[in-house]
Amino acid sequence: MVLQCAIIFGCLALGELLVWLTGIKLPSSIIGMLILAFLLQVKAVKLRQVEGMANFLVKNFGFFFVPAAVSLMLYFDIIRAQWLPILVASAVSTVVVLVVTGWIHQISRKFF
Amino acid sequence: MEFLSNTYFMLALTFAVYAASQILQSRTGWSFLNPILISAIIIIAYLKVNDIDIDNYNESGRYIEFWLKPAIVALGVPLYKQLSTIRKQLLPLLISELAGCVVGIISVVLIARFLGATQEVILSLAAKSVTTPIAMEVTKTVGGIPSLTAAVVICVGIFGGLAGFRVMRMSHIGSPIAQGLSLGTAAHALGTSRAMDVSDKYGAFASLGLTINGIFTALLTPTVLSLID
Repeated sequence: MVLQCAIIFGCLALGELLVWLTGIKLPSSIIGMLILAFLLQVKAVKLRQVEGMANFLVKNFGFFFVPAAVSLMLYFDIIRAQWLPILVASAVSTVVVLVVTGWIHQISRKFF
Repeated sequence: MEFLSNTYFMLALTFAVYAASQILQSRTGWSFLNPILISAIIIIAYLKVNDIDIDNYNESGRYIEFWLKPAIVALGVPLYKQLSTIRKQLLPLLISELAGCVVGIISVVLIARFLGATQEVILSLAAKSVTTPIAMEVTKTVGGIPSLTAAVVICVGIFGGLAGFRVMRMSHIGSPIAQGLSLGTAAHALGTSRAMDVSDKYGAFASLGLTINGIFTALLTPTVLSLID
C-alpha cells in the first residue's frame, strides 16, 4: 500500500512540478492522471503496483467531495438570486451535449 | 456543547452519514437520492441546528478533501485499461468528444449569460458536464466558485441519468456505443452508472466518455472561455 501511495502521489507531485515550472493553466491532478496512464502504458509501472489503491480511490471518490458540497451553504444567497439561469443553462446544455455527442459519433462512424 | 464541533467527531459523523446515504440509495434504488447530496444536506442541517461555523467543519473537511487530487490521478488506471478501445476507434471518439465538450461549455455559458448570471456563476458552470473532482479543479483554475460547481455537477448527473435515454430516443441516437458515450460525456459518473444498469458495453463506453470529456474539458475550458468572452 505504501508503494502504491508513493506511485500515485509521485505522479501528482510531477504534475505539481510541471505546473510550477511552466505555469500552464491545468490542474496538476489531471497531468498526474495522464502521467500515470503513460507510465502504465510504457510498463514503467505495473498495474498490480497501483491497482489496489487506485480502485479504492476511484470507487469512493464521491465521498471526497462531501465537504465541498457542504461549503455550498456559504453560497445560498448567490443560488437564491440566480437559480433560474443556473437551472435552465445547465439543463438545456446537458440535453445539447447528449444530442451533439451521439449524433456526431453516429455520423463519424460511417466515415472512419 | 463544544464537543459537537470536535474535529474527529465531525469526521466520524461525515463517514457515518455518507455510509447511511449509500445504504438508503441502494435500498430504494432511486438515483436522485445521491449520497453526496443527501450527506451534504444532513451535515448542513447539523451545522445550522448546532450553530457551528463552516470554518469549524472545514477543519475536518480538509482531511477528506485532501484525497480528491490523488483520486483524480488514480483515474489514470481506468484510462490505461481503455487505451486499446480508444485506439481502435480513435477518430470518431475524439471528434464526437471534442464536439460535445466545446458545445457543452459554449451553450451553458451563453445561456447563463443571456439569462443574466454574474461572471462568477458563469465561470462555475463551464465545466458542469464532467466528473466533480475534475470540474472543481477546472473551476478553481478559471476563477469560479468550486462548491457551486460541485452542486451543479451532481444535479446535472442526476438529470442526465434520469432523462438521458428519453432524450436520445427522441433524437434518434440508436447505436449502443453512441448512447453510452453520450451519457458519460454529458452526465459523468451518474450517467455512467445509469448506462451500467443497461449493460457492461454501454457502461464501458460511458466511462470512456466521462474520461475523455474530463480531459478535454480540463485542457480546453480556459481557451474556450477566453474565445467567447
